[in-house]
Amino acid sequence: MLRFAFYRLLQAIPVLLIVISLTFLLVHSAPGGPFSADKAVPPEVIKALEAQYNLDQPLWQQYVSYLGDIVQGDFGPSFKYPGRNVSELIAAGLPATAELAFYAMLVALVIGVSAGVAAAMRPNTAQDYIPMSAAMIGICMPSFLLGPLLVLIFGIHLEWLPVSGWGDMPGDKILPAITLGTGYAAYIARLSRGGMLEVLSQDYIRTARAKGLSEPLVIAKHALRGGLIPVVAFLGPAFAGLLGGSFVVETIFQIPGLGRFYVQAAFNRDYTMILGTTVFFATLIIVFNLLSDMLAIWLNPKLRQQARGES
Amino acid sequence: MNNHAKQHLILPLLLLIPTLLLSACGGGESNVDSGNRTGTLHWGNGTEPQSLDPHIATGVPEHHIITAIMEGLLLKDSTTLAPKPGLAESWTVSEDGRVYTFNLRKNARWSNGDPHNANDYVWSWWRALQPALGNLYAYMYFSIENAQEYYEGTVTDFDQVGVKALDDYTLQVTLSNPTPYFLQLLDHYSLYPVHRGTVEKFGTADERGTRWTYEGNNVGNGAFQLVDWKINRRITLERNPYYWNSDQVQLNKIIFYPTENVVSEERMFRAGQLHRTGSIPADKIPVYLEANDSSLHIAPYLGTYFYRINTRVPHLQDKTVRRALAMTIDRETISKSILKAGQIPAYAMTPPGTMGYYPESDLRFDPEAARKLLADAGYPNGEGFPTTEILYNTSEGHRKIAVAIQQMWKKYLNIDIKLLNQEWKVYLDSESAGNYQISRAGWIGDYVDPNSFLDMFLCNGGNNRTGWCNSEYDRLISDVAPTVKSHAERMTVFGQAEQILMDELPVIPIYIYTSVNLVNKSVKNYADNILNQPAFTEMSLQPEQSNIDGAQY
Repeated sequence: MLRFAFYRLLQAIPVLLIVISLTFLLVHSAPGGPFSADKAVPPEVIKALEAQYNLDQPLWQQYVSYLGDIVQGDFGPSFKYPGRNVSELIAAGLPATAELAFYAMLVALVIGVSAGVAAAMRPNTAQDYIPMSAAMIGICMPSFLLGPLLVLIFGIHLEWLPVSGWGDMPGDKILPAITLGTGYAAYIARLSRGGMLEVLSQDYIRTARAKGLSEPLVIAKHALRGGLIPVVAFLGPAFAGLLGGSFVVETIFQIPGLGRFYVQAAFNRDYTMILGTTVFFATLIIVFNLLSDMLAIWLNPKLRQQARGES
Repeated sequence: MNNHAKQHLILPLLLLIPTLLLSACGGGESNVDSGNRTGTLHWGNGTEPQSLDPHIATGVPEHHIITAIMEGLLLKDSTTLAPKPGLAESWTVSEDGRVYTFNLRKNARWSNGDPHNANDYVWSWWRALQPALGNLYAYMYFSIENAQEYYEGTVTDFDQVGVKALDDYTLQVTLSNPTPYFLQLLDHYSLYPVHRGTVEKFGTADERGTRWTYEGNNVGNGAFQLVDWKINRRITLERNPYYWNSDQVQLNKIIFYPTENVVSEERMFRAGQLHRTGSIPADKIPVYLEANDSSLHIAPYLGTYFYRINTRVPHLQDKTVRRALAMTIDRETISKSILKAGQIPAYAMTPPGTMGYYPESDLRFDPEAARKLLADAGYPNGEGFPTTEILYNTSEGHRKIAVAIQQMWKKYLNIDIKLLNQEWKVYLDSESAGNYQISRAGWIGDYVDPNSFLDMFLCNGGNNRTGWCNSEYDRLISDVAPTVKSHAERMTVFGQAEQILMDELPVIPIYIYTSVNLVNKSVKNYADNILNQPAFTEMSLQPEQSNIDGAQY
C-alpha cells in the first residue's frame, strides 16, 4: 500500500507541472492586466508596479523564477491586496471552505446513503421511487437556486436560521452545508442504491438471510460494506469538488472562504493568486483521489490482493 | 474485521446529526438590536478593501474605512459638503488665492498618543508623490506648486514643492494657480497624513504593501482605530480615545462587512444583520418605494453615466451623426422604466448643481430633428449607415440600457446596432486601446467641482479615450479657468467649455447617478450627500427606533 501511494505521488509531479505551466500561460495571455483600472493609470505608475512584481522581465524568466519560488513553498505576493501574500490569503480562506466542505459532505452522506439504502431494500416500490425522484431533483437543482430558496423559507419567512455569515451567529452554517451538500447527497443516493442492489443479489447475502438474520442486520452487517464501495470511490473527487466548487455557496451566504478569492483573483488578473490557488486545488484533488483509492483498496479484498500482488 | 469496517462507516454518519443540530441551537439577538444596545454600527461595505494605506487605496469600500480611522486637514459638512475644520482648526488664504496657511490643532494626537504636527504632512505628502508607491491619486496633489514636476521627475528637490511646515502647528501650502476647489481636496484620503514612525517601522516610505496598515500595527489620527481585520469576514474599528473630538463621537464600534453579493446584502439587512447596505438590487427598489419604506435612501450622486464615442471610427467622425445619436435616446424612459431609482436624465457631462454650476445644453430628445441630421450626414432613413457596436462591461444593468438604446436607434433612426459585452478587464483594455465604436462608461467626481468632470476630455487626458481633441476646449479648461478671479467667472468658463463638449459630443451623457442605500431607522444623523460620504463622527444609534419588522419583500 505504501509503495502504491509513493508511486502515485511520484506521478503527481508531472501532473502538477503541467497544471502550473498551462495556468501560467493562460493567465498571462488573458487580455487586461492586473493594474488596469477604469481611471487611467499613469505610465510611470504602471512601470513602477510592474518592476515591483517582476512583470517587466521576459515571460520565460518570470516562469522559471515562479517555479523556483513554488518549490520553496512561496506562492508570492498578491497583486490585488498589496502587503498580503498568496499563502496568507489561502490560509485565511481555507478553514471556512474546508469546514463548509466537511459539513456538506456529512449532509450528503447521511441523506444520500440512507435514501440509497432504503431505495435498494424495496426496489421498484414507492420506497424506491420517492427518494430516487427526489435525488433526481437534487442533482438537477443548482445551488444558486436552492440557496436563496432555503434562505427565503428558513431565514426570512420562518426566521429560524441566519441568512448569511459563517460562525458569527448560531446556526449560520446549516443552510450553506445543506445547499452545498444536496447535489452530492443526490448523487450518493444513486450510487449507494446501485451498489446495494448489486450486493443484495449476491450469494453471501442469501446465506446471511438463510441463517435467519433479520433484514436490518443483513444490511448493516453484510451488505453495507460492499454496497458502499462506489460511494467511497466517489468520496475523493467529491471532497475535492466540494472544496473547489463552493464558490457559489460562499457568495450566496457571504462565507469568507477560498472559493470567493479564487474567482475574484481571475477577475482581478491577480496572477500569483490565480496560480497559487490553482496549484493548491490541484494538489488537493490529487491527494483526495489517492486517499479514496487507498480506502477503496482497504474495503475491497479483491483490490487489496491486486495491490499486494503489484508490490 | 467486518464489524470494525461497519463501525468506521456508520459512526461518523450518526455523529453528524447532533453536530449539525448543536451548531443550530440558540436563537438570539440580531446584530442590529445588540448593536443599538452597545453602540456598534454594522456597515455593509461592498468588498474586501484592497489596502488601508491612504496613499495606495482607491475605491469606495476603502474610502469608508479610511475616513473612519484617519482624518485630513479639513472635514466636510455631512450634508452640504462645505469644508469645515478638521485637524486644522483654522486657515487663511492669501489675496492671490495661491497660498493657504493652516493652523493645526494642538490637542490632536495619533492613535498611539504621539503628537500630531505640521511635519507629518510634509513627510506624508512627499511619500504620496513617490512614483514607486504606485499612488493612483497622485494627481490630487497637482494643484500644489511643483508637485506634478516632482512626481514626474523634472524637479528633484522636494523643497521646491509648495508645502512647508512654518512651525509645529502651521502648515503652508502654495499652489501653482488659484484653485478654488483646493479645500475640497483636503478631506480626500489621498491627502491624509500617515504616521511616519509606523510606516518606517514596517518598510521604506515608498515601499508598496508593507504591513503597517494591519491590525496591531495601524496608527491613525481619526475618530476610530483598527482593532481587528478578518480577511473577507469583517473589519472592526473601535473609538480612538486620542481623537481630538472624541467627546463628540457617539458610536463605540463600527464593523464593516464585505458584502459583495447585493442580493444577500439586502437579505442581511432585512434579517437585522446590517444597519446599512452599500447598495440594493435594482429590482427591489420599486418594492421598497411601493411600501413607502423610509429605510430606503435615494440621493443624487456626483456621477454621470455616459457613452463614449470613438471619434476615430470613420462614420462616427461627423459630429452631426453623433448629435443624431444623442438626440434619439429617450432618457426619461430609461430613467423611469429601467433604472427606477430617481436617476436624473443627463443632457451634459457635469451633474447640475455641482458647486452651484448648472451646465447649459441644447441637447434634447427630438427624433424628428435627429432623422434630419442623419439625412444631412448622408444617411437618409439610416440607409448606408454601417452596423455599429456598443461595447459594455458584462452586467445586467448595462445590458438593459444598451438594449433600450439599440431599440431606440433602430426605431427612430433605422440603424442597426450590435451589442458586445466583455469582462471588466477586457473591456478596460479595449476601451483604452481605442478598440471600440461606442462604449458604455461612468464617471464619479473626485471632488465637488465641474473640473473633475471636464478635465478628463483634454486632448491628452488619460481618461478621454475618445480620440476627440479641441484646442479651444483645452485652452478654457487648462489656461483660462484656473486664472480667472471670481467663482462666477470660473463657472462661466466651464459653461463655455461644456458647450463645446456638448456641441461636438464625443460623449453622450445618459443619466446622473443616484446613490441607493438601505439604512436602519435606528441610525441617527445619517446624512445623504452627493458624494455618498458617511460622517461616522456624527452618527448615533437609537435602540427604540430599530425596524427589523421582518418586512416580507
